[in-house]
Amino acid sequence: MNSTDRGQPEWSLQAGDNANVIVLSGDWIAQQGHVPAFPSDGLHQVRPNQPLTFSTDGLGRWDTGLIGFLWALKQGAAQAHLDMRAETLPDAARKLLDLLPDRPAPAPPLPRRHFAPLAAIGTVTIDSLTEIGTVTELGIETARGGVASVTGRGRMRLTDLMSNIRNAGPSALLIVSVVNFLVGAILAFVGAVQLRKFAADIYVASLVGIAMVREMSAVMTAIIMAGRTGGAYAARIATMQGNEEIDALTVFGIPVSSYIILPSILSLTATMPFLYLYGCLVGMLGGFTVAIGMLSVTGAGYFHQTLNAVALNQFVFGFIKSIFFAILIGLTSCRIGLQAGRSAADVGVAATRAVVVGIVGVIALDAIFAIIATTIGI
Amino acid sequence: MAPQTPATATSDTLMSLQGITLAFGPKVIQKDISFNIKRGSIFAVMGGSGCGKSTVLKSMIGLLRPTAGHYLVDGEDYWTADPAHRQTVSRRFGVLFQSTALWSSLTVGENVALPMQMLTKMDPATVRSQVELKLGLVDMLHAIDQYPSELSGGMKKRAGLARAMALDPDILFFDEPSAGLDPITSARLDDLILNLRDGLGATIVIVSHELPSLFKIADDGIFLDAKTKTPIAHGAPSWLHDHCDEPQVHAFMHRERETESGRTD
Repeated sequence: MNSTDRGQPEWSLQAGDNANVIVLSGDWIAQQGHVPAFPSDGLHQVRPNQPLTFSTDGLGRWDTGLIGFLWALKQGAAQAHLDMRAETLPDAARKLLDLLPDRPAPAPPLPRRHFAPLAAIGTVTIDSLTEIGTVTELGIETARGGVASVTGRGRMRLTDLMSNIRNAGPSALLIVSVVNFLVGAILAFVGAVQLRKFAADIYVASLVGIAMVREMSAVMTAIIMAGRTGGAYAARIATMQGNEEIDALTVFGIPVSSYIILPSILSLTATMPFLYLYGCLVGMLGGFTVAIGMLSVTGAGYFHQTLNAVALNQFVFGFIKSIFFAILIGLTSCRIGLQAGRSAADVGVAATRAVVVGIVGVIALDAIFAIIATTIGI
Repeated sequence: MAPQTPATATSDTLMSLQGITLAFGPKVIQKDISFNIKRGSIFAVMGGSGCGKSTVLKSMIGLLRPTAGHYLVDGEDYWTADPAHRQTVSRRFGVLFQSTALWSSLTVGENVALPMQMLTKMDPATVRSQVELKLGLVDMLHAIDQYPSELSGGMKKRAGLARAMALDPDILFFDEPSAGLDPITSARLDDLILNLRDGLGATIVIVSHELPSLFKIADDGIFLDAKTKTPIAHGAPSWLHDHCDEPQVHAFMHRERETESGRTD
């Protein structure tokens, strides 16, 4: 290799009496994009029983662009049973070429995928049932761990619980405030437009109050927690899986349910109902701000109307819903983290799955609660 | 001299693998593995990269159930025992993982303390003194409040070793302890392993292909072959080096030795 510019890379084949000579000239730099490919019929003019040698007098700078060309030539020579004299090449190029096989082994064919709808349905069914069983088993094991902790026989560390509570509760206050305030305000805007037509401005307070307490605060808070905390749990556990940290727990016999899942679920269960109550309050404040600004409603009137409209049992129902949402998010995100593979990409997949499953699960569970509420007449 | 075929289990035998086959689904990793490990010995599981050494270790520490064969610890079949009993046996194991697998959200001290806090009834003061003792043994007391991400490779290995000893196990498993370490740190780790064996009276199973380290510390061993997917030689690494005619083993042992002597020459 030298630094003078020798021009475009070129090659030619000179079939002589004693040898077939490949003449190489110019700069063979792959990134310059001019390196020629060795054609599949490039050796059709050779004299069969003569060796293949190289003339590199005109060869300038070169890199793996030249080696790629020479490898194709080497494979062609092997097919044509020609004796290729690589020693006539520059020493460095010969060493690299020696590393490359004459006949590269073909890559194994990709497994064929047969269209088998029945087998696919069967697999999905069995997998789903297995998953339901596993999550239930995990839930029962965690509940047992919880009972054992309460009775003083447990193995959960209080420090883990407290740090999880700090992450799931106070740290989430800001986002819960912003979202619920805006939801309350949006409900008031939507209601105000319609109710003003009937001079029923004051009922905006009832609309916002009932909607926030009954549905929106619990669901919005749960969705925030599924995205924020559920995703974080799944990513953390999946990373532990990749670092063999879960294996280390297993070998010691430290139950994953006590060390990881129980503090996660308990922290969500301890914080989400209070975040729900806080969300209700902030949502009503959002509605109040819009009502005072847009409608002919007094502060005292709004407050009084809210108290009249929202019964205490609505709060109790929302509170209980939040506990179930917390258990759902905690259990599914931990399970998804534990189920994850061991690569960096798997961590991302686990976090995404935990968020999606958490959000869909919360909404589906809320629908079930809506049916129950209607049935029992709340 | 160490025998080339596995000896029959004697009262000296602590662990015994009998006809073990390991597989991931339909893919067999190793088959017909049979060997005995003597109490107080340092036993090496050897072989080239990808031959299934770490998989054998995984099975021995209870993370992978064999598809065939028996694994006896003190004469009791580990895998057919009920899970609670298996857990009791596992409590005798201490494991240093290849990646060290320190719990990244805990400090070094908390890593050593966690097994004691979760699995024993030790009071906090005893836990603290035990943690200091275990870290002192591996010269890591100064890093007690550091997180694993703040440690060098050698320090992580030593912290992993301290955690492996947390519950005073009588069987220690090391997966590639010298991997990624410079020769001096690696030699120090070897000395530490020998001192721990002598001091604690533990039996040590070590997975490695670092020949200088194996020649120095291992009393016995097995050589796994990637092609035939089965063990092809038994014996101490130095014995295999001098006496084994098996071509794979010979190439493995001598190529390394020659390179090594070439360097010193």
